[in-house]
Amino acid sequence: MVGIVGYGVYVPKWRIKIEEIARMWGHDAEGVKKSLLIEEKSVPSLDEDTVTISVEAARNALKRAPEVNPKEIGAIYVGSESHPYVVKPTATIVAEAIDATPSLTAADMEFACKAATAGIQACIGLVKAGYIKYGMSIGADTAQAEPADALEYAASAGGAAYIIGSDNVLAEIEGTYSYTQDIPDFWRRDGSDYPKHGGRFTGDPAYFAQVVNCTKGLMQKLGTKPEDYDYVVFHEPNGKYPLRAAKILGFTTEKVLPGLIVTQLGNTYSGSSLIALATILDRAKVGDRILITSYGSGAGSDSFSLLVLDEIEPKRNLSPPVGYYLDRKEYIDYAMYTKFRGQLRGFTE
Amino acid sequence: MAMHAVPFHWRRYKERYQLLGTKCENCGTMFFPVRKICPKCRREGKPSTVKLSGRGKVHSFTVIRTPPDGFEVFAPYVIGVIELDEGPKLTSQIVDCSLDEVNIGMPVEVCFRKLRTLGKDGIICYGFKFRPADNSWKPESEKRAQGS
Amino acid sequence: MSKLATNTKKRDVAIVGVGSTPIGEHWDKGLRELTWDASIAAVEDAKIRGKDLELIIVGNMSGGMFVGQEHVAALVADFLGLKPTPAVRVEAACASGGVALRQGYLAVASGLYDLVAVGGVEKMTDVQAGWATSILTGAMDFEWEAYFGTTFPGIYALMARRYMHQYGLTREKLAEVAVKNHYHGSSNPLAHFQNRIKVEDVLNSSLVADPLRLYDCSPISDGGACVILAPAEKAKQYTETPIIIEASTQASDTLSLFEREDICTLDATVEAAKQAYSRAKISPKDVDIIEVHDCFTIAEILALEDLGFCKKGEAAKFYEGEQTYVGGTLPVNTDGGLKASGHPVGATGIKQVIEIVKQLRGEAEGARQVKGAEIGLAQNVGGSGATVVVTILRRR
Repeated sequence: MVGIVGYGVYVPKWRIKIEEIARMWGHDAEGVKKSLLIEEKSVPSLDEDTVTISVEAARNALKRAPEVNPKEIGAIYVGSESHPYVVKPTATIVAEAIDATPSLTAADMEFACKAATAGIQACIGLVKAGYIKYGMSIGADTAQAEPADALEYAASAGGAAYIIGSDNVLAEIEGTYSYTQDIPDFWRRDGSDYPKHGGRFTGDPAYFAQVVNCTKGLMQKLGTKPEDYDYVVFHEPNGKYPLRAAKILGFTTEKVLPGLIVTQLGNTYSGSSLIALATILDRAKVGDRILITSYGSGAGSDSFSLLVLDEIEPKRNLSPPVGYYLDRKEYIDYAMYTKFRGQLRGFTE
Repeated sequence: MAMHAVPFHWRRYKERYQLLGTKCENCGTMFFPVRKICPKCRREGKPSTVKLSGRGKVHSFTVIRTPPDGFEVFAPYVIGVIELDEGPKLTSQIVDCSLDEVNIGMPVEVCFRKLRTLGKDGIICYGFKFRPADNSWKPESEKRAQGS
Repeated sequence: MSKLATNTKKRDVAIVGVGSTPIGEHWDKGLRELTWDASIAAVEDAKIRGKDLELIIVGNMSGGMFVGQEHVAALVADFLGLKPTPAVRVEAACASGGVALRQGYLAVASGLYDLVAVGGVEKMTDVQAGWATSILTGAMDFEWEAYFGTTFPGIYALMARRYMHQYGLTREKLAEVAVKNHYHGSSNPLAHFQNRIKVEDVLNSSLVADPLRLYDCSPISDGGACVILAPAEKAKQYTETPIIIEASTQASDTLSLFEREDICTLDATVEAAKQAYSRAKISPKDVDIIEVHDCFTIAEILALEDLGFCKKGEAAKFYEGEQTYVGGTLPVNTDGGLKASGHPVGATGIKQVIEIVKQLRGEAEGARQVKGAEIGLAQNVGGSGATVVVTILRRR
């Protein structure tokens, strides 16, 4: 048996409202909010980045798994599309910060927004093979978005860390399935400040094709149906996509809504589906079944079927819930946003 | 300056990432930063490295408005002397709050932040800072202990 | 624990010549020129020839960082044309000058040297302000204070904030320190700033590190200062008014501010002062004029307490009325202190002592002469208090 032993999230405190961004570009704020189902998004402080967010999330995950000695974590993977170094891993800094060094393997992963779920699969493999006792996968981002582009309303900052193991499991991973194709829906070249995307092309052929087929594939593999799940979590680039994916697949809205945090948070890219999953774990009852399908541009999805176990009860409240981070906020204006996002020309830290 | 000397920065990674101090097992005094000798016990002391809790309160603070080289983009920022629960004090930035929210006695907790970079091509220096210890969320065990 | 209290020196030491440069921004002068200007004035004041000097001691905090020059004492000896006279540089951050003076005192008191030049020099204005701020952070704990973005105004602001919280010192009262020092500076032709200011000017000046404002902070200055030391028994060969060094003491404290027992007390000042009064066989009330290390206004407040002029928390009372002005009961920083006369770091400790020498000789220019001054005390601080030197001088 392999599953989630501990989980933790972190979201920076700062927020910017859709209205404030729309004000800059003369866009219709209400129209944007309706089409994206996003009200505001999180913004990292100048001294925060994917590394610092990963460390905070990792520390929170360890708080939920107090029996885990960090030295027994045999693998750490950090998935992000905003690693501060292009060469030099985030994972080693996290490993040092949580005192997991030196007996572990570590690597950074990139697969747009689904790098961390790929990291979870790697941990599952190592744990099941008996090579490691615990593995940690972290999804964190301080996502870049070109000013005045639609993505600017969504790209936000946050992260989640998951400890995978066989002992004291709070949610069993019953199975996993992945669906991967080469699709240029969204990309960023080395040296480019901002990603580019294919507009409407990112919808049906990209997001929906992967997410729907992957989820179907998982249920087929496990012999499960939407009715078997109490919650379903999808990657949340905006509020509309997950609702539509649920509808296509036959999941009722009540199963999607509890995890739909993009409205208050924005799209935390590599953190997105994993923070949404944490929102569910914060409230799920023992015996609940959860289906989660991530999505990463390029493109691919990883699906997992999870069964919540007894261990959730003593562990759940050992670390701040997602709701705590959503409520912990302070608004900034576009000028401060520009400074925080390092968008002042020639004047960054 | 010593700034581009990467070993110089690396040498303190563990201490700056994990907030390490020294406890003299002989007299029980806690020190920050790490020391090789207890100034009180001298040779009779038994210094050992410990992880500090990261909880404390603000002993004094200021707002830096004329930053040194490398910190320009962060200004204005709060620098404080923090008194840790275990006893020793240290100097650190106080973040995640507005400049006028900080006050002497305010409870704070440690967080992990970027300190600076050594230029756009240089390494990134990480370490501890402190943020207000939020009173609205506490782990269950603390709540029970406080009887709330 | 020092045996200084009981060990006796071989002989008394006197200051027989002084010389210093104007303090300010000297675009046309580097370390060489500043050294020359101060040294030639001192040598002429003592009516000696440079070749008579047996030892040169130079206080300089950071020739390397400001102008790329280490080995500063060698530069001094060379530019003064004094090969093969031995020269040594002393560094103790802002106490470099005071510690240098003490080394010169020890050399003469020991009986091994009969004529020693002690100088201090600092060239700070070639670099821009942000870089100067960074260089000066070398005087604090670089790895555990400067590393997080602390500056020197920040360090003293931490002391000021805590002090105000504990003892109720007001912003206005603290400003009086700067007002007085500028008043004194206006009579000092060598002072960096010779303008008089009011409390409102201090309170309206821009914030540097809350609660300290621009006018709470000493400036970045260029300057040089030099004294000539000789055994007291031979002093009359050089001057009609030898000034005797009755005590030259030094103590250390933790490098960082945060490891102090109390961040509002400089234990090194307390310890050095205690030893100095004991050596000089005087108590605070015998002192006619003091020069304290007001790198920031709060430092002057703390100094008066740590030097034993009053209890901790009570120094503000000296700033009611004009007690600390020339003509008052306790004249402090009659040359304008660091705030108005300037703070060329390595030279400051020497500059303070020169002011006392001038006062004791009755040679202070203008209205700032303290009438009948006989005993003076100088306190020179390194960093936030890790090094303190106390010097007591007397006109015999």
